[in-house]
Amino acid sequence: MEGDIAEMGKYIGVGLTAIGMGGAAIGVGNIAGNFLSGALRNPAAAAGQTAFLFIGIAFAEALGIFSFLVALLLMFAV
Amino acid sequence: MAEQTGGFVIKPMDQFVVKPLFGGDVVHWYTPTNVTLWMALTVLAITVLLMLGTRGRAIVPTRGQSMAELSYGFIHKMVEDVAGKDGLRFFPYIMTLFMFILFANLLGLIPFAFTTTSHIAVTAVLALTVFISVTVLGFVLHGAKFLKLFWVDSAPLVLRPVLAIIELISYFARPVSHSIRLAGAMMAGHAVAKVFAGFAGALGVASFVPILAVTALYALELLVAAIQAYVFTILTCVYLRDALHPSH
Repeated sequence: MEGDIAEMGKYIGVGLTAIGMGGAAIGVGNIAGNFLSGALRNPAAAAGQTAFLFIGIAFAEALGIFSFLVALLLMFAV
Repeated sequence: MAEQTGGFVIKPMDQFVVKPLFGGDVVHWYTPTNVTLWMALTVLAITVLLMLGTRGRAIVPTRGQSMAELSYGFIHKMVEDVAGKDGLRFFPYIMTLFMFILFANLLGLIPFAFTTTSHIAVTAVLALTVFISVTVLGFVLHGAKFLKLFWVDSAPLVLRPVLAIIELISYFARPVSHSIRLAGAMMAGHAVAKVFAGFAGALGVASFVPILAVTALYALELLVAAIQAYVFTILTCVYLRDALHPSH
């Protein structure tokens, strides 16, 4: 019985880490949306800034990846 | 990991199992496995594209030559833009990283293929080599001045020690996020494709819906494969720039 509760808590925790995905989605969407609105105002300057777009997306995404890491640790290491 | 839907078992994680090529279950460090096979195929594919493609050196390039030249020019420009002119010394390393990751991702999309980059062990080695070589490079080029990277001069003096701790933590989180981003994106994409393909087996006549979905997903995965290779390389360039010019 005790083991079952621990197992249940583990799976609930893994499910909760999916919330982190939403945070990463908000961050990535924010960056891409702001890039697009800036690019539509000044399309000539947009091409030179795509590298920063991807760097920004990568950094925002990293925090979503940490929640994936927590899920992996809960599933396979705890 | 097994999931029961209408008497049909979906095992989305089975495709990531490392198996020895010539039978048996025991994997030693020298055992040729499916990872070895697909890594060798990756290297072979890159060699064929870059060496055979540029062999003709025609003024009007063939399709192969133009692909090889485009990828070379793309990475060359990226290193120059992000890491600066003095970063071009490390262009061969970054080009190798990009081509290896891109081809490993793309070859993994072939049905029944094995995606080497979906394993954290593989991407962690790639990210750790970047991390260690960039850190060593920073100390070799700048000595103790490299630590200025953690000492934000533009901030108020009271805040600087706090910022230094945060910068230090984020510096050591770099290889973690660098490696898990690639492995996670690859693993998640392939697992989702497998789950949708499993639905097709369970639904019978209505299976054209998941088949259409899996086709769209495959197109998305092609995009993700290229973007993840690009992101891995551009972050390598960013870390390289930090090592070359540590002052903020």
